[in-house]
Amino acid sequence: MALDSKVPQGPIADKWTNYKNHIDLVNPANKRNIDVIVVGTGLAGGSAAATLAELGYNVKAFAYQDSPRRAHSIAAQGGINAAKNYQGDGDSTYRLFYDTVKGGDYRAREANVYRLAEVSANIIDQCVAQGVPFARDYGGLLDNRSFGGVLVSRTFYAKGQTGQQLLLGAYSAMNRQIGRGKIQMYNRHEMMDVVLVDGKARGIITRNLVTGEVERHSAHAVVIASGGYGNVFFLSTNAMGSNVSASWKIHKKGAYFANPCYTQIHPTCIPVSGDHQSKLTLMSESLRNDGRIWVPAKLEDAQAIREGKKKPTDLSEDERDYYLERRYPAFGNLVPRDVASRAAKERCDAGFGVNATGEAVYLDFADAIKRYGREQALIHGDHNPSAEKIDKLGKEVVKAKYGNLFQMYDKIVDENPYETPMMIYPAVHYTMGGTWVDYNLMTTIPGCYCIGEANFSDHGANRLGASALMQGLADGYFVLPYTIGDYLSDDIRTGKIPTDLPEFEEAEKSVKEQINFFVNNNGTKSVDHFHKRLGKIMWNKVGMARNAQGLTEAMAEIKALREEFWKDVKVPGSADTYNEELAKAGRVADFLELGELFAKDALVREESCGGHFREESAETEGPQKGEAKRDDVNFAFVSAWEYTGEPADAILHKEQLEFNDIELKTRSYK
Amino acid sequence: MSGVLSSSIGRKVAMAASAFFLMFFLLQHFVINLTSIFSADAFNELSHFMGTNPAVQFALQPVLIFGVVFHFVMGFVLELRNKQASVKYVKNNGAANSTWVSRNMIYSGLAILAFIVLHFIDFWFPEINHKYIANLPEDPSRYYGELVHKFHSPVRTGAYVAAFAFLALHLLHGFKSAFQSSGMSAKRAAKLETVSKIYAIGIPVGFIIIALFHHFNQH
Amino acid sequence: MDMNLKLKIWRQNGANDQGKMVDYSLSDVSPDMSFLEMLDVLNEQIINEGGEPIAFDHDCREGICGMCSLYINGEAHGPDRGITTCQLHMRKFKDGDTIYIEPFRAKAFPVIKDLVVDRTAFDRIQHQGGFISVNTSGNTQDANSLPISKHAADEAMDAATCIGCGACVATCKNSSAMLFVGAKVSQYALLPQGQVEAADRVRNMVAQMDAEGFGNCTNTGACEVECPKGISLDNIARMNREFFKANI
Repeated sequence: MALDSKVPQGPIADKWTNYKNHIDLVNPANKRNIDVIVVGTGLAGGSAAATLAELGYNVKAFAYQDSPRRAHSIAAQGGINAAKNYQGDGDSTYRLFYDTVKGGDYRAREANVYRLAEVSANIIDQCVAQGVPFARDYGGLLDNRSFGGVLVSRTFYAKGQTGQQLLLGAYSAMNRQIGRGKIQMYNRHEMMDVVLVDGKARGIITRNLVTGEVERHSAHAVVIASGGYGNVFFLSTNAMGSNVSASWKIHKKGAYFANPCYTQIHPTCIPVSGDHQSKLTLMSESLRNDGRIWVPAKLEDAQAIREGKKKPTDLSEDERDYYLERRYPAFGNLVPRDVASRAAKERCDAGFGVNATGEAVYLDFADAIKRYGREQALIHGDHNPSAEKIDKLGKEVVKAKYGNLFQMYDKIVDENPYETPMMIYPAVHYTMGGTWVDYNLMTTIPGCYCIGEANFSDHGANRLGASALMQGLADGYFVLPYTIGDYLSDDIRTGKIPTDLPEFEEAEKSVKEQINFFVNNNGTKSVDHFHKRLGKIMWNKVGMARNAQGLTEAMAEIKALREEFWKDVKVPGSADTYNEELAKAGRVADFLELGELFAKDALVREESCGGHFREESAETEGPQKGEAKRDDVNFAFVSAWEYTGEPADAILHKEQLEFNDIELKTRSYK
Repeated sequence: MSGVLSSSIGRKVAMAASAFFLMFFLLQHFVINLTSIFSADAFNELSHFMGTNPAVQFALQPVLIFGVVFHFVMGFVLELRNKQASVKYVKNNGAANSTWVSRNMIYSGLAILAFIVLHFIDFWFPEINHKYIANLPEDPSRYYGELVHKFHSPVRTGAYVAAFAFLALHLLHGFKSAFQSSGMSAKRAAKLETVSKIYAIGIPVGFIIIALFHHFNQH
Repeated sequence: MDMNLKLKIWRQNGANDQGKMVDYSLSDVSPDMSFLEMLDVLNEQIINEGGEPIAFDHDCREGICGMCSLYINGEAHGPDRGITTCQLHMRKFKDGDTIYIEPFRAKAFPVIKDLVVDRTAFDRIQHQGGFISVNTSGNTQDANSLPISKHAADEAMDAATCIGCGACVATCKNSSAMLFVGAKVSQYALLPQGQVEAADRVRNMVAQMDAEGFGNCTNTGACEVECPKGISLDNIARMNREFFKANI
């Protein structure tokens, strides 16, 4: 099947408006006869469910958590971008569009990104009307901060809990519709498969995670909003339950999976402390505004620190290597996430890591404390302050800016970051890849849509800070509710989809077979055992830097691990009760397939771009020596993979990316 | 307005309102009793007024009795409903997050209820009997003597002292709680902390002093 | 440095089971582990011994989703302050300690299994008014056309940081949900957008709170102490005022 992105004709600034003016609509009376299923209730799913219900459709929403409000969108800290230009600093829809495409290393679809930038302003209006308590200045107007190295202040925020507040906003909109009976909410339900009738998505099979009951739900369209798949690495900043299964099930029924290898590794996370580690905690990117990143300049110092014989504060300035400032004098500690992450890995691989495992670098606030301390002393009229006074005043400023993060670090690591540098290391954070969708956000299965982090469309190969929240809400509030109407306008006479069709029966049967297989397998190793091993392969060979040999090995290793999993996995308990191990087994089974496709995608992409760094594709000379080398001639396409059975046999379809409104350039931060 | 009293917040506010009334009553009772230390005449005069003024006797007294009964009944109702709402822990460390007095209002309240029964037997029933049943002639100077007489017994005096200790415990939480329930912000309530302590400890201690004074000053 | 611990954990096989405390011992617990990672290790041990792992709720493991919900040594989210169970670390305990682990208990939070409880009562309260009735289709006025004082916005934000974990209910001797409901009512009551429906909101949410079988607040203040997000008792007082206003 040829990929048709269905991008409307015309100038980029008019595409969305013209498109909206010409699509088919469903009249309000008919909407009452149409059902829509939404899987996942984060920013994208929650906002979509609320808006679809408000338009008049009957919505059934599903979440594996006990409440829609717990989806992992809630953990986003920093903020949400919007081209409001409230600060009058020259921001515009075009600039946000430009920054997003460039930040994504020119691997996103222009038309989608422009639309995202265009509706971004609406999001802020909407959220304020809903009662989201964004930060304000003393005049009562909305405050902005700058983020992720862009040139304007366009990020709206609610303390360090922007994701939480936006999700609660979407959740409140859902509550209103649940109260009116327009949304039927299914908490603690997991989607097990999608059901296709005559080639169209017409329902899903779910498992009630409390009773174990396998259920059939029908609808005229199915929307997948199940988030990213970073947990394929086992350790990530994702929630423990975040999984790829909903996306993977639709992939296996015909939805192409795009750019699986595009993963964002976030540079400032708290390092792993031991084998017991279950997840990683992010420290906001904003810390890099004031913290200086370094490792010891001499190998013997690094070793002494690892062995506990030396402390970081023992090292003098010239015994330290501020490697980001050294390598990237122009951007210094504020290089984009992908660059900062790779540089940390490079130093640690060379033996300069500073914690027991050798996988950590320092993020040091001593200079910031001094700088702020002197500034405060001057403000207080003290022109000759003592060192103690500077220290005290400086710490107060740092505390006001980052107090909650410092406290969080202290709780987890048990070290006081005001006195000794923080230790940080990159960790898997976000997946730009996902289900392939066209301009309507529809997958290659008719009637099956995919929104939010679960799709691939807006961030290319690297996501800018504060853009994920923007995309989730744009898709859910303002894009999908329009585009889905165009499809559903053909369904006004279809009537309710019966759940006793053979297609439902067959799907339910295969779901039950898998469940029964797991609980009767009597293997010897737990689900986590396999998940951790998969994570190690992914991190070591498909992580921050990749090469053909490692990727080829990874594919074979994952395949072997998958076979071992099916033979030897042990799932205690029964199928008809609350059984977390059983739920995990299904998710890990899907990760074990995705992992291999992920490696295959990385292998095919012989260029370096964004979060994907191929060691074979680096600049070999000139000032950019050693940096990522993108190949626009051969790789300016979206890889969309068609499932055929084994992940290794997936068929590659290419969507060529055309850039008419932006000139392709090399990203340089030197 | 209908059904407000059947809502949890309505009950809570009603509990606070009756508490305010009782605390006000307690204050005036205390002031009158205090005069007995300094001047038998003043005490007699005030007691005679309270005991014979028709407004006090036929308007305030029924309200007071209603307030007392309401506060107790509502207290029990809430306690029972709260017991129904909760499930016991195998291990619970209440001291980690709240004061003993706040968690045991029902027990300090029960002790006070027992005291009120005793108090009614000691003073109120004889009063009612004197005035409305036996219809004995009113002697405006009888009150002081009756008071002093009651504190002759060390057992009764001891019981009164103990009851006032429970009253202090009840008030230590109850005073602040009534303000919080009626919607006072925590910032203002914090300023009330001192007033609360003065009231909650001062008044019961004052009552104890009065009881002991008369016990040891028997003529 | 590694610790040996005795654990007394509530096991209950489904809502209709009686349930009881079961003893476990766990050795070589690293002080750097989070409390839930300690339970992961215990579960791995139980699975390898052929038993059924202990069910407990958790998801984000960074203190924001509100899913984790354990009552540890007699306190909601354990002995540390200002954190959820997932942020509690084993260095708060000593070698040889006995740790009691129970589910959040309240009649309105029935046990689903072991340490997992059903907190959907919170959702049902919010269905009755935990929102501002504004359409989500993007035809709202410009965000800056409605200035809101920074003070009010900050206070609303403080109320809005509630993660709905239920520690307030679990720790309250009366199983009262007033801190939770108070925080929700307050967030909207403090903002001009929320004024229009303020009276209906507080009436309906309080009615649903009562219908769910939560107890009544007696101002012990335990909820505020145990709340991982430091939600203030002020919110209960504000709800009382709002309720009062709505009914006179």
